[in-house]
Amino acid sequence: MHPEAQPPEPPAPLDADIVCTGFGPAMAGFLLTLTRGLQQPEMAGVESRAIPGLPPQVVCYERADDISFGVSGVVTRARAIRASLPDLDPAEIPLAARVRQEKLLYLLDPVGASRRPAWMRLADQVCRALSAVLGVKDEALELPWIPPFLHKGDGFIFSLGQFNQWVGQQVMMSGLAQVWPAAPVASPLIEDGRVAGVRLAADGSEVRAALTVVGDGPVGAVGRQLDQHFGMPAGRRRDEWAVGMKMVIDLPESCTLEEGTVWHTIGYPEPEIFGFLYVHPGRIASAGIFVPSWMDSPVRTSYRYLQHFIQHPRLWRHLEGGRLRSWGAKSLLESGRRGEPYLAGDGYARIGECSGSTNVLTGSGVDEAWLTGVQLAEAVLELLREGAPFTRENLERTYVARRRASWLERESVAAERARNGFQWGLLPGFVGMALAGLTGGRLALPRRGGDRRPKTLADYYAGRLSRAEIERAKARAEAEARPLHDLLMDLCGWPPIPYDGRLLVSHQDALLMGGKVQAPAEFPDHVIFRRPQLCRDCEAHLCVEICSGEAIRVSAEDPAGPPAFDREKCVHCGACLWNCPVSNIEFCAAPGGLHSAEN
Amino acid sequence: MPFQIIVCGGLAPDPLQTLEPVFDPARPSLRNELMLPAVFDPWAAHALYEAGHLAKQHPGSVVRVVSLAPKAKLQQVMMTVAQKLPFELTALDGPGGGFVDAAAVAAALAGAIAAMPDLDRSRLLLFGGWESATRGAGVVMQRVAERLGIREQFLAVDELTVEADGSLRIKERIEGGLHQISRCASPPAMLAWATGSLPEPPNHPQTGMANMRVLLPALQKAAPAAVEPAAEYLSATLPSVVRQTRVVKDMPAAEIAREIAEWIRQ
Repeated sequence: MHPEAQPPEPPAPLDADIVCTGFGPAMAGFLLTLTRGLQQPEMAGVESRAIPGLPPQVVCYERADDISFGVSGVVTRARAIRASLPDLDPAEIPLAARVRQEKLLYLLDPVGASRRPAWMRLADQVCRALSAVLGVKDEALELPWIPPFLHKGDGFIFSLGQFNQWVGQQVMMSGLAQVWPAAPVASPLIEDGRVAGVRLAADGSEVRAALTVVGDGPVGAVGRQLDQHFGMPAGRRRDEWAVGMKMVIDLPESCTLEEGTVWHTIGYPEPEIFGFLYVHPGRIASAGIFVPSWMDSPVRTSYRYLQHFIQHPRLWRHLEGGRLRSWGAKSLLESGRRGEPYLAGDGYARIGECSGSTNVLTGSGVDEAWLTGVQLAEAVLELLREGAPFTRENLERTYVARRRASWLERESVAAERARNGFQWGLLPGFVGMALAGLTGGRLALPRRGGDRRPKTLADYYAGRLSRAEIERAKARAEAEARPLHDLLMDLCGWPPIPYDGRLLVSHQDALLMGGKVQAPAEFPDHVIFRRPQLCRDCEAHLCVEICSGEAIRVSAEDPAGPPAFDREKCVHCGACLWNCPVSNIEFCAAPGGLHSAEN
Repeated sequence: MPFQIIVCGGLAPDPLQTLEPVFDPARPSLRNELMLPAVFDPWAAHALYEAGHLAKQHPGSVVRVVSLAPKAKLQQVMMTVAQKLPFELTALDGPGGGFVDAAAVAAALAGAIAAMPDLDRSRLLLFGGWESATRGAGVVMQRVAERLGIREQFLAVDELTVEADGSLRIKERIEGGLHQISRCASPPAMLAWATGSLPEPPNHPQTGMANMRVLLPALQKAAPAAVEPAAEYLSATLPSVVRQTRVVKDMPAAEIAREIAEWIRQ
């Protein structure tokens, strides 16, 4: 073999004591608690086993280009966060505020295009007829009562990007943990049934550690590979998801909403889509929607619906004249405890959203994720003090036991069956949630067998569009290499978006102005369509419709074949992964994506 | 022969962020400055990549970054920069944001360089950005060089070649879109880089981990730098931005260019 043809030498392994994947709220809670604990006098004698003579070596690898480029505007009761940070002053963190006013709004359909069931259309008519009595204003009914399980009245509004940045600075200034941005982790190192570290995507380096902490979110590469290798515990499944998409908006001078205002909305733009509006300090608001996996639509689109959502009269009277400041999207794993994987094994532990900590009843995930990180850090400190190894038994004794004994577990159990009703339909869904929420999970609707999947185009649009109209739209979409959703929504009566170049902008402008999306040149495409024939056989191409950044498009050269992928538009939300009806998408770890710190 | 390459470079807010100047005559700043994601100043970054390339070509060379920036922010940015190439760091804890007086910055940087115990001026190449993404006074590097007594100064450098006899062949940008090529007999010399010709190196986690063994102690002992503003600021605003979007299909590139040129003229 010619010397130049020799494959490059694999880089020498790196050694650490604890290697972590993903820097989200769970990892922030873990690293803050761990680094504080390591500074306590009783930990003075604890040394690194990887590099004797030094304190334990803790490294964290984050996929995104900065630790603040996470996506989530969040309203949270922050019980666990406040327990960790009792003196937390929201004034220290940009865009953070205490919740001052909370409302639950039922939004009527002001355009007549929303695909509402008969009972909801009737509700709209009753609301309009009795508007004076019910206090219906701007096509919205303020519900007189917010169920206690939804209440966030004693909590905070955060920008998660800013919060992560704030915590990250404290962690790194301790000098006891390194957080590496733009450093995606490709896979776990699994040897003889134990996790021995991770392999980095950049150059294939192995990072070997006694403990691997996995907190890489709902679509993280490491968590998914652990699930594949070890399987899921009996009865556990990850089958409920949502895309959360939001805008951060500079409010116009005319806006009278107070800082700390929180609105939860139901009913519009489609009945299955829940929405929110939070008002941050400095005349800034976050407005967004959640598009769930159990929505029937085979042409689900988050961006177009988000534009209609913010134009609802109840929101638009405050937002009109505003300016898009930031935009982003992420997947949410909404299976909650039903999707809980093995929380610990030999050499590894899982925290945060990828560990099934999100509570789908209370609509809360950040505080729960933080708590899992704190609990693991306390467990790790205990094991370090004991000099005990990070075996499955020891981690279950310390970490899992803490988790099972906490309010997180109690509330997760209460929420476990809360979403069952949505598998039957919208009304049973609301009834089921109320039932579970008001009885602490003791009562709930049974779950229907099998997943609720999107309907076919013909079934979904039956009674609204003819087959010929659908076929013409499909032919046009293929000819113009564009998604179907805009064409079909137009046909169903959704009004065109009156672009103003400030807040109502094209999807591509949202990527540039709001998400500021980037893709480093040296990495290959991270979304791969494994088997082209499966794409050819697929009618829906849901990956194209749901794509949060229009990064997956109908291929102009081969409209019926595998879609084209443009990684310079990908926000790494991972929605393509769980929307693909035939699991034909490989979603690899890569840097890049959103470059906005205000989400 | 190995070189001692010192790269002066500060931080700049990630160029994609929304910046809002907060005007305070005593010390103007950016809104939420410490919470804005930051990058190593892109102009200085070009200088750093050139320094790394040069050091690789001349074994035994050392690259040392001297940076004046808020310490906490600098530590965060170093986690990314450290993955690019090996270097040492001298950190000065001071304000960022572009409202710091250029002369005060130059004095602090020159002081830190002059205090380096192992400085060999006969092998010293002083690198930095010709401009800065924060404010772009464009004079810091000359002032640092003057204070260090380095007379060979080159601005807007695009290329450096070390000749067989050890002399330096330097290509600078000059007025009128032209290049000027100079020959410098030997170090010490100051080169304030324009864009250079090297791409951003990919991240190497191994390099990052190795770097951190020297960077973290340097960050821990970052000394505060006294850089009180000497200038009085009367106002601070962002350049106005006009954005118009029009979606077109099948329009020839020449026609698009003509339309954009017409729009700019208006």
